[in-house]
Amino acid sequence: MISVTNVLQKAKFLELVRRKWTISLILTAAILAIYFGFVLVLAFGKQLLMAKIGAHMTLGILVGLGVILAAWVLTGIYVVWANTSYDKAVSEILAEEQE
Amino acid sequence: MQPFSTTIGQPNALSITLFFAFVALTLVITYFAAKRSKTASDFYAAGRSVTGFQNGLALAGDYMSAASFLGIAGLVSLKGYDGLIYSIGFLVGWPIVLFLIAEPLRNLGKYTFADVVAYRLRQKPVRIAASVGSLTTVAFYLIAQMVGSGSLVKLMFGLPYELAVIIVGAIMIAYVLFGGMLATTWVQIIKAVLLLSGATVMVFLVLAHFGFNPGRMFSAAAARYGDGVLAPGGLVANPLDAVSLGIALMFGTAGLPHILMRFYTVPDAKAARKSVFYATGLIGYFYILTFIIGFGAMVLVGQDIITRIDKGGNMAALLLAEATGGTVFLGFIAAVAFATILAVVAGLTLAGATTFAHDLYVNVFAAGRATETQEIKVAKRATLALGVLAIGLGIAFKGQNVAFMVGLAFAIAASANFPALLMSILWQRFSTFGATLSIATGALTATTLIILSPTVWVDVLGNPSAIFAWKNPALISMPAAFLAGWLGSLLRPEEEAEKKFAMLKVRNYLSVGAE
Repeated sequence: MISVTNVLQKAKFLELVRRKWTISLILTAAILAIYFGFVLVLAFGKQLLMAKIGAHMTLGILVGLGVILAAWVLTGIYVVWANTSYDKAVSEILAEEQE
Repeated sequence: MQPFSTTIGQPNALSITLFFAFVALTLVITYFAAKRSKTASDFYAAGRSVTGFQNGLALAGDYMSAASFLGIAGLVSLKGYDGLIYSIGFLVGWPIVLFLIAEPLRNLGKYTFADVVAYRLRQKPVRIAASVGSLTTVAFYLIAQMVGSGSLVKLMFGLPYELAVIIVGAIMIAYVLFGGMLATTWVQIIKAVLLLSGATVMVFLVLAHFGFNPGRMFSAAAARYGDGVLAPGGLVANPLDAVSLGIALMFGTAGLPHILMRFYTVPDAKAARKSVFYATGLIGYFYILTFIIGFGAMVLVGQDIITRIDKGGNMAALLLAEATGGTVFLGFIAAVAFATILAVVAGLTLAGATTFAHDLYVNVFAAGRATETQEIKVAKRATLALGVLAIGLGIAFKGQNVAFMVGLAFAIAASANFPALLMSILWQRFSTFGATLSIATGALTATTLIILSPTVWVDVLGNPSAIFAWKNPALISMPAAFLAGWLGSLLRPEEEAEKKFAMLKVRNYLSVGAE
């Protein structure tokens, strides 16, 4: 059984929580910036998206698909970070507590 | 112009056979799920036996409704690029779910998001408030789905509206009542696989017409309907309104009870996080497919024919299926669309029944003293009652304009459910009074502003001009809910809740003691 007060005072635990929210908030800010940036361009810079890329494509279509891809890539970044760095730190803290 | 004929709207023997095959298969699964479903954890959370990838498919299944498949493809076929803007809004909520909600939800709760909000707080007031948020979200979403399903089935097969609603309701009740979450999850998974593969085949058939060069398809569309279809049109007319809708879609996803409930079906937080990655990829892929399907329909079927069958364009994907793969493929896609409707309403009904049984009955009326057998009994009765109610409401709202209800469901989810959930995880001083005030403020502000907005005040009630100018209120109602939660917690602080925050942190970040 681990002691709650003990864990909460550990530098490692505090560092873990701090890193988790740093990563989460940076990624949240990134998806907010990408999506609302897209909405603002739609509202104020439509002409930009009408630009032709090659013979058949418009910039708008590529940007739209890019937003979809970016959303997925960001979740991938989080999962890779959590699966490696975060989970490792958690098991280290728990191992130390059990000693 | 060449003469045009379609078999849409007539009972198609193949699609009816395929549909019954789907129903038979899912009922067999329900039968086996029923044998394995004994405990409350089985009924609400599939015994926490679902893997990350399976849950990713099931989450995608819950999200890819017939309305989003047929509706977005139709929107793209008539408006072109604007349809893509719309679907992107629905996708970007998923990263938010992952970064802020998924893991704490899994670690801190048991079956519902109210478990998390009520973790440190006084059960009764918080559970009642959270149930109101949960049930209103589910109710509006469910009515929109039932009304949509009645009209779609009528359009697809020529079945009478009422009969279609009753068939959908009855089969959905069977899944949830007998098979609980395990059956509902497998129905979602099968439906997601069918829908994704059906749409993939359709995109393949469409692109084959253009030498597998999507650019040539866009050129053909622009040549026929003007360059406007390849660029944003009138969807973002009012920037603040567009941002407000964006807020509702983004944060609403993180407050939809039937989505949040899925995170309890996996064994741990690690599987929960993986499932969002899979779901985001699958849903993103699906929206890219519907974009191509929409353009394919615009070029290969033609807007005049699409609007002749249905003014809103809802039959575009089916017309395209017929144009590219004949009656056989049309039958397959129509059966998949019907299966999609069933799966989504089953997920919603289960979420509603869980709120009734787990949040209201066990934690409010029985004050935590109910046995598990009693709880499951109540959950099953609630399923039956909700199913019958869904059929009744589906019939009562026949022919009504219910398009605003999905927007309303998302606005309430973003304003009533999400702020309370986030504050309960992050803020030590969040109190019972703050939580109830936040949920009540979010739900009331969102609902009131939607009623006063153009979508209800003008489109439904027929008034000449709206009192509240935006179509979506989330830009006001979500900050209002955060503010109410903050003020309420400062006005009535709760020492007990602040003390319990230590335990919450250990359980949240280290998964210690998670169920």
